[in-house]
Formats: sequence, C-alpha cells, structure tokens
Amino acid sequence: MSTGPPVAAGAPAPGGPGAVPSVARRLALYQRAGGIVTPLLTAMFAFMMGGVVVLATGHNPIATYRAIFKGTGLTWFGEFAEWLFRLATFQSHVFPGDTDAALNLQQTLIVMTPLMLTGLAVAFAFRCGLFNIGAQGQYLVGQMAAVGFGTLWAGLGGTLHLFLAVTLAALAGALWGGIAGFLKATVGAHEVITTIMLNWIAIWVAAYLVGLGGPMQDPSQAFFPISSTIHEAAKLPVFWGDAELQGLHVGLFIAFAMLVVYWTTLNRTTLGYEVRAVGFNPEAARYGGISVRRNYFLAMAISGFFAGLAGALDILGWQFHIAQADIEASTIGFIGIAVALLGRNTAVGVFFASLVFAGLYVGTSTRQLDPSVFDPELASNLTLIIQGLVVLFVGADLLILYVWSARRKLPWVRGKAAQA
Amino acid sequence: MADEVVLELRGITKRFPGIVANDHVDFELRRGEVHALLGENGAGKSTLMNILYGLYSADEGEILLRGKPVGFGSAREAIRSGIGMVHQHFMLIPVMSVAENIILATEPTQAGVFLDYGAAAKRVEELSRAFGLALDPDEKIQNITVGQQQRVEILKALYRNADVLILDEPTAVLTPQEAGELFEIIRTLQREGTSIIFITHKLNEVLDIADRISVLRRGKKVGTVPREGATEAGLARLMVGREVLFRVEKTPSTPGETLLQVANLSAVDDRGLGAVNGISFEVRAGEIVGIAGVDNNGQSELIDVIAGLRRPAEGRVTVGGKDYTRSSARAMIDDARVGHIPEDRHLRGLILDFSLAENFALHDYRKEPDSKLGWLFPRRLIAKARRLIEEFDVRGGGPATRAGSLSGGNQQKLVVAREVERDPRVLIAAQPTRGLDVGAIEFVHRRLIAERDEGRGILLVSLELEEILSLSDRILVIYEGRIVGEFSPEATEEELGLAMTGGGREAVAAA
Repeated sequence: MSTGPPVAAGAPAPGGPGAVPSVARRLALYQRAGGIVTPLLTAMFAFMMGGVVVLATGHNPIATYRAIFKGTGLTWFGEFAEWLFRLATFQSHVFPGDTDAALNLQQTLIVMTPLMLTGLAVAFAFRCGLFNIGAQGQYLVGQMAAVGFGTLWAGLGGTLHLFLAVTLAALAGALWGGIAGFLKATVGAHEVITTIMLNWIAIWVAAYLVGLGGPMQDPSQAFFPISSTIHEAAKLPVFWGDAELQGLHVGLFIAFAMLVVYWTTLNRTTLGYEVRAVGFNPEAARYGGISVRRNYFLAMAISGFFAGLAGALDILGWQFHIAQADIEASTIGFIGIAVALLGRNTAVGVFFASLVFAGLYVGTSTRQLDPSVFDPELASNLTLIIQGLVVLFVGADLLILYVWSARRKLPWVRGKAAQA
Repeated sequence: MADEVVLELRGITKRFPGIVANDHVDFELRRGEVHALLGENGAGKSTLMNILYGLYSADEGEILLRGKPVGFGSAREAIRSGIGMVHQHFMLIPVMSVAENIILATEPTQAGVFLDYGAAAKRVEELSRAFGLALDPDEKIQNITVGQQQRVEILKALYRNADVLILDEPTAVLTPQEAGELFEIIRTLQREGTSIIFITHKLNEVLDIADRISVLRRGKKVGTVPREGATEAGLARLMVGREVLFRVEKTPSTPGETLLQVANLSAVDDRGLGAVNGISFEVRAGEIVGIAGVDNNGQSELIDVIAGLRRPAEGRVTVGGKDYTRSSARAMIDDARVGHIPEDRHLRGLILDFSLAENFALHDYRKEPDSKLGWLFPRRLIAKARRLIEEFDVRGGGPATRAGSLSGGNQQKLVVAREVERDPRVLIAAQPTRGLDVGAIEFVHRRLIAERDEGRGILLVSLELEEILSLSDRILVIYEGRIVGEFSPEATEEELGLAMTGGGREAVAAA
C-alpha cells in the first residue's frame, strides 16, 4: 500500500500485438502487485490439502468443513441479515443476540482480537525488512504486565485503571521487542536469533513468576501455579454476551483501531515512509539520509507494542489471570506469523487472515465440533495442519512459480511451444 | 573468410509481461566471423543471447547450429554443443587457481575419481599459448587483473571446445589498453576459426573489431550491415531511430569560488583495507572535475566519504568553506547541499518498490511541503512528481508507477531530476550514464553541462574515458587511492589510460 495503487506495477501497456502473458507470468504479476489472488489461492490450497488429510482419516471433508464453519459462528451473519430484513419489513423479530451462532461468533472474535494484533506485530517488522519471531514473547510480556498492573492499585477508578493497565502492558511488549531492535541496531545481532531467545527468556521468567512460591502466584491458591486475578476495575467491558461467560469485550474495537493506526502510520507518516524505505532497500534509505539503525529499533518496538497490546487485551478482556500451563501452551504470537504472511503485511489482509485463523481455531475446538462428524482431537490438529500449510505455501509462492516456469523447459512442453 | 554459416537464429520471439523482448529476430553467424550485436539497453540483446545459451526458451522461432535445429534447455547443453559465453560479471572463484577455475565441472580424472591437476594445467597452458592469452595456470584468480580474469573466462570456453563464443559487453570492465589486448585475442581466435558474437552498445568498438553488425531496436532487428561503409552516425541512427549528437556542446568553463575542498583524505574499504590514501583536490563553482580511473581504485570510497556515507580515517572535507568532515549523510544533503547521483541506481539511487512520487521524496520527505510534524502529504508528493516527470521527460509511467518498472534510462532521469531539483551547490555524478543508451546519455550529459553553467561545482566520476574527456574541465586520475595526475580535457585516451594503470610519470597532484 504505497501512496499510489501498487497495481500500477503492471500497468505499462503490453508491447506489441498478441502478447498474451502465461498463467505463471500473470501469477507473478499479482504477486508483485500485492494482489489478493495469491493469498486466496494459498488459503484455498491449504484447505484443500487439509481436506485430503480429513479424507485420509476416513471422514467426509465437506461435512467436516461445514461443521467447522458452523462452529465459527459466522452463520450468525445470516441470522443477522434475516433480522434486518424482518425489521425493515416491520415484522417483529427478536435480535439473534444469544443464539448458538452468536455464542460461537463471540468466541471467534475473542480469538481474532489478539491474532489481529500479533499479525500486525509481525507484519510491521516485515515492512521494515525484519522477521519478528518474537511476537509470542512480546505477547507474553504484555500478558504478564497486564496481570501485574491489573492486580495493582486496588480502588483506582475504572477507566483510569484500565487505561493505565492497557497502555503500560503494551509498552512492556514494546520494550521486549525494542531489545531485539536495539541489539540489531547496535551490534547487528540478527533479530531472528534474538527474538527466539527473548521468547524463551519471557516464557521461563513468567513461569517462575506465577509458579509455586513465585512472586506473582495467587496466595489464596497455594497449590496452583497460577497468578492472582485482576481487579474488577481493570477488566474490559463486555458489549455482547454474558460478562460472566466469556462475552465479547471491547478489546475487539481497540484491535480494529490498531488496523487503522497500522495503515496510517505506514502510509501517512514520515516514520512509515522511513520504515518502508528501510524494508525495501536499506542501502538506498541510508543514502537518502535515513538512519537505518533507528528504524530497526523503532520497528521492533512498535512491533512489540502491537503484540504486547494483544496480551493485555486477552488478560483484561477475558482471561483475568494467567496459569503456568497457559504460558507454555499459548501460540497466539506464532499464529501471528501465519496471519501476517497470509495477510501480505497489509491492514486489510491481516483483518481477513486473522478472521480465517480465529475461525479455524474456534471452529475446530473440542467444544464446538460434533464428534460424529470428526474427532475433536483430530480437528484441533487440522488447525495446525492448515496453519502449517499456509506458511509453507506462502513461502512456496516463488517455488510454485519456479516450478511453473521450469515446466516449460521440459522437452515435451517445449516441443509443443515450438509448434505453436 | 569462408561463408559457411555456423549458427542461424530464425524468427526468435520472446515475450515478457507487458513487453516483447525479441520480436521475430533473425541472426546469422558465419565461421570465423566477428558479428557485433548492437543495441540500446533493453533492446533485447541479452535476451536473445540468453535464449541461444539455453538460459531462456523462445516463445517462437528456431535455432540452427551447423544446419541442424537445436534448442537448449540449459547452459550445460549449449556448452556441450560448442557454444561458450563470457558474461559481463565473471563467474570465477577467487581463491582457486586459473587452471582449477577452467576445469571446474569438467575435471579430468585419474582412475575415475582423482583429479588429474597436472593434465589440466598442461592443457590450459597449451591453449593459453596457442591463443596468445599469456596466462599462468597456477596463479590464483584473486591475484590477477580484471583483463586477465576475462581471458580466463575465454579460455574456459575454449577448453570446453567452444567454436561459437558470445562476449557480453566485454570491454565494460577494461582499460583502453586491456581492450586493445582483448581485440588482439579476438583476432587470433578468428584466425583459428572461432566465430564470435560481440555484444555492445559502444559504436567505436563495433567499427574496430566487427565484420558484420546487426542492430536491435526495441526487440526488433532493424538491420545487418557490413563494417565497410558503416559509420558511427549511421549506426547510432539505426540504434536509436533518430539523429544523435555525439559531441557535447559546451562553452569554456568560468570557475568561481571553491565549493568543495578535499584535503589529505584517507579512508578504508569494507574489508578494512586502505582504499583512499591521502587525496586532495578542489571543485570550484561552474566547473566539472572529472575523476578517471579503473574500477576499484578508491573512487567509490572517495564518493562515500564526501557524501557522508563513510567515515574517513584522516583528512578534511569542506563545502563552501565550512568543515563537513564526518558529517552524517543527512547533514551533507541538507546543510552542505551536496547532491549525489550514486553509481548504482538500483542499489542506492532508487527504492525500486517505491512509486516514482515516493522516490522523488527520498531526501525531502521530512520537510515541508512533503510533510509536516511527521505527517506525510501524498498528494503533494504526487504533484511534485508530476512536475519533475514533465520537466525531465521521465517516460514509462506516472507518479504512482513503481520505479522498478521504468527502463534504466528513465530511472536515471528520475535520480538526476531528484538531485538537481534540490538546487545543490556541489553535485557528485558517479557513473551517471552507466548502462544507458546513447539517447539517455545525451540527456544526462547536457543536463550536467547545464548544471555547471548554473554555477554548481560538479565532481564527475566515471570509468568511461570518453565521458570524462568530453565533459570535464579538469581531469584527475585516480590510481590505488591516490591522485596520480592532473590533465586537461585535451589529453588523449592513451595518456590517461597509462596514468590509470599506474604507468604514467608521477604528475603533480592537484592542490
């Protein structure tokens, strides 16, 4: 998303008559144009391969996918449309606020919220030419900070407490990401290595903090490695569903706002200009007078800010405390990598990609899926399979194109081309 | 010369998205002939040769080698059929010896597994002597000159029994003397029956060495002419499709105050080796100072230091009387007002994935009117781009077009426009016409003269002697990081060439 539509890349008029670009060339063009065709194909391909896996286990892939789709709650939009229609035609009808679909959709959106943010975290670093594998650690640091500040300051006013907890937790994530950026900028340590190491540092420090006898462990539950629960004042308001039963919290809107912030920062600020310049060509950026080091640091800190915010919203929105077991089991930051890749590092792409992964995650969860259609144990693995395939195919875009063009060198294909 | 046709290309067509790189090109090569392939950049010369060499496959057309239709799926097949290619960028392994590099991938073995180095070295020596290449098979590649490395590449092709040799812009990296030696070698090869395709966009070389000349323009072959009767002007007209002015018209310079002063400057290269060794010179307002030299003699490092992109080890850089030694790149751009047309527009001059508008803003995006308080105004960027595109006649797209999709000449115009538009006091032009065709070269040269006449001080660094001679008001020769001589523009290429290779008498270095 540059100032002009990137699609213009392919714009120069085709030279000469009869110049019909091959499928592979067109694909290549879409890739460069950042179009939506490649990610769509990638996702479709991944789902198809997932279907093959389902088939191999002796189940019906179509029935399974239908059940997963039902489990995501996205069918609610059908109910919603019907309600709108009845409302418009003056037939009284109850708002479908607590149907099964509504409950499922709430869960999907609750998961989508942090995925959008960790997706943005990875995407922002990508735009600066950095591969942030540390979103998981930054997310965890955000979570821990949210627990810390959420259990602090009893009696502070609701809005202020919430604002402080959210902001400080996001800044903690920024600090964690910033360390990797700082190391990259000063001594040139590769961010892939440092962020992986920082992930482990975060995981083990957090495990210690909430572990038995740890400083953040809940004193009232002496035999559980779990943190204290945050104050009521620090909880994010629930705007849809039952606050007692994991209703949808307003963190979703904060995440939406961050999509706008992401796009605006990259495309409408000098900071975003610098980040993109460094991401595309650090040497040219340096020549242009841009400090490459400063941007490495800033990009990683901003990246960490998004991931830290994801952790904060999860804690303050619906988790309210963190258990040692959750710390090691969480993969929100890692799925963020897949979200960013599938979303092509654009705000709109991250929106849709996070919806896809959140839907998959919720739709295949044990609670949602009818065991007669597909074993729930297999189902949650299906999430991992599809996630893995997406990453593989996104990375393999070029490989697919290469295979496509290499095909033309095969003797029989060449023979045909020569006849043509 | 026998008229036997060794190689024939018939109706070769190759399409890339949005462009027909080769449009039904016919080409014929006779035994023992030097056939030059002439054309502007992007005319389709390299595409055609890559098709012949098996790196691309043609969409249409056929290749006949010694009368039989062939189609190579890979360079390996082409090599096996006796076609050799010497690329612009050599594919040699620096730490290995000449012989080792030559036998790479076709190593002679003893008992099937052991390398028979002795046999290899002997064969290399024989070939080297037969063709007058004067190469020592045991010398390491990193210890020999660029010209010798090129001969290793040629020998590599001969070793694999090539009788058709493709030379892709072979003189681009050579000094005039080395180019002369190369031409001698080509004539020897020719006598031995090797057929040579000589790719170039330099007209004088074509008239020097070629038997026949084929000209490509925008993917189409516009003609094949014998050397007899061909003239530079005629060939240029074929290449570009219009009349071209060769001599840059300029009035004598009227130098004013000193704008750039470099005193006793030293700097190291990326490997930490001394690249600039105590250089001093000055550039005054309204003059073009040319720095001539063979590649890798400290030019790049010198420019980097002046542009604030490299820290000097010693010495001073003064612009307009103010000390700017060790200033940041931004300070050189904004405060010292030094414009810089970098030697590599892809590596440095442009962000190819940025739009034209964004590229025009590369230095000024932080300032009004491009931005205010960190907020960017894309519409103003676009307005500025539109104005500069118009003024500098950048073709191939509008403000929103990706810079990478422009042709080389238009990309260079973009860079020149951006640097000139900022009204610099000193303009560094590093290889400003590298890889450009005659039309674009003409544009850049005129513009540089115009900027000189505006009263800017221009430092021209180029590997092209012709460019240095026709533009400069004073010429400095750099060799191994030192200024080894100062010449007037009336100097001959031979005088300069001698100094460039360290052979000249030590002339007095400029103040």
